[in-house]
Amino acid sequence: MSPVPPPRLIGPATASARAPLAAADRADRPACGRCGTSVEGLSVRRGGRLVLNEVSLNFHCGEATVIIGRNGAGKSTLLKALLGLVPHTGRVRHSAAVPAPRGSRRRGAAARPVFGYVPQGAHLDHESPTTVADLFASALSRRPLWLGRPAELDRRIEKALAVTGAGGLSRSRLGALSGGELQRVLLAFALEPMPDVLLLDEPVSGVDHAGMRDFYALLSRLRREHDLAIVMVSHDFDLAAAIADRIVFLDGRVVCSGPPAEVFAHPAVVEAFGEIKAPSRERRAPR
Amino acid sequence: MIHAWYALVDALLPFAWASHAFMKNALAAVLVLSPLFGALSTLVVSNRLAYFSDAVGHAALTGVALGSLVGLLDPGPAVLAFSLLLALLVVTLRRRGAAGAETVIGIVSSTAVALGIVLLSRGGGFSKYSAYLVGDILSVRPAELGAALAGTAALWLLWAFFSNRLLLASVDEGLARSRGLKTGLLEYGFALAVAAVVALSIRWTGILVVNALLVLPGAAARNLARGTRSYHLLAVILSVFASVVGLVASYYLDSATGATIVLVGALLYLATTQARRR
Repeated sequence: MSPVPPPRLIGPATASARAPLAAADRADRPACGRCGTSVEGLSVRRGGRLVLNEVSLNFHCGEATVIIGRNGAGKSTLLKALLGLVPHTGRVRHSAAVPAPRGSRRRGAAARPVFGYVPQGAHLDHESPTTVADLFASALSRRPLWLGRPAELDRRIEKALAVTGAGGLSRSRLGALSGGELQRVLLAFALEPMPDVLLLDEPVSGVDHAGMRDFYALLSRLRREHDLAIVMVSHDFDLAAAIADRIVFLDGRVVCSGPPAEVFAHPAVVEAFGEIKAPSRERRAPR
Repeated sequence: MIHAWYALVDALLPFAWASHAFMKNALAAVLVLSPLFGALSTLVVSNRLAYFSDAVGHAALTGVALGSLVGLLDPGPAVLAFSLLLALLVVTLRRRGAAGAETVIGIVSSTAVALGIVLLSRGGGFSKYSAYLVGDILSVRPAELGAALAGTAALWLLWAFFSNRLLLASVDEGLARSRGLKTGLLEYGFALAVAAVVALSIRWTGILVVNALLVLPGAAARNLARGTRSYHLLAVILSVFASVVGLVASYYLDSATGATIVLVGALLYLATTQARRR
């Protein structure tokens, strides 16, 4: 919560050798490549029906996992269960190679991970007077919004927005943003301060293909710079394959999981979606 | 303290309506309660909780009935207890998210009213309770003002502490959870605060219109606001304005004060829809 950059716990040589932090003062933990979040036997029941059955997955930092599946396969439910929004059984644990620095959102070295969450955003209230800056301030500051925002907080918000190319939007109302703008604002919000795992629920509509391509390029860059663990629900297999280290095909349970080409060739995936041409190496976004 | 207030009103408001002690008391009550109504209404409107505050308002009647059944001279504690209980019940129903939750909540709140009326009207003695339906702010006693002041001060403190978190939870529950907020507890907490302010003011405002006081300021302010801060400030200002104008108008019209305040609020709302931001 503190605007002052937290102390770095390991030397810059180790941290930056792995992943140079473009905006080092924004990161609240050093990149290491050894942190991980494990999901063990996660199940969700709704109205007597098993929506998710014993899902077990590992998310490593610096790794992008894309979750695909039919409508109603439990993709969004999985994200919601990770956030604790829906009741579930099973365990979600984060183990960090280094203890969390003081002032970070995480409390212990092995605890619930800190999630950054980018919702679909379609359900947001379009008439609400809440502005982008209000959203950030509501999470970053304890001072009631109706007493005004300190200038220092405004600068922090501008800086966070600039990271995702959403600079200049802080005074706009959330309901007045275009789909692409909202996506960038919500991403900037999820990354301030830097989470352990970034969860994204891809919008089904409201963002065009070019907009999604730019957004994925931005995600690729952020992952590289901050060694982020990304878990994303996606409906665009082409773009998903370009960013994913691993694809998980979900159908109430993990049907298969692995590198894009492997998963796209799996009989169950072919049966659900037909032949998917995995993009060639040249078309993949630079790592 | 009350004498200092009387002296202040005499000095500042040399009008006929302000010369009576009961009007001075009523004015104090309005100035204590209306800013809090304005502040809470921002979230009642943003979270679409109008039906909720309505249900809690209705529950107050059952509280009155139960209070008189067990022989309480002042039904205040019974009203507070029953409103809080109904608030918990309604939020639980809503959070369970089952289909038709609105219907069930509607049934619960109308059952509460009916139960209250049946209990109070046994033996044909309902008329002495009709003051609860339309409210009687002119009967405010100085001792009650002290209690209202303490109650609203406590609620303001809670509001200052939790309003940012409540706002984040109202934008998106998932975003709030990702920030470690206990959104369920926040929802229950806000519901209890609304129930408390309703119970605190029900005898003065009246069961029939208390809900409007929790909806109109926020709804009108929303038409004009350009951010959370102005939303909040405008709701408070409009709530105080409507309450004071309504109180004075009710003196000259010789009408029920709560309902007159609501009519002024409704006029303000209509005016703001015209001035609405494009």
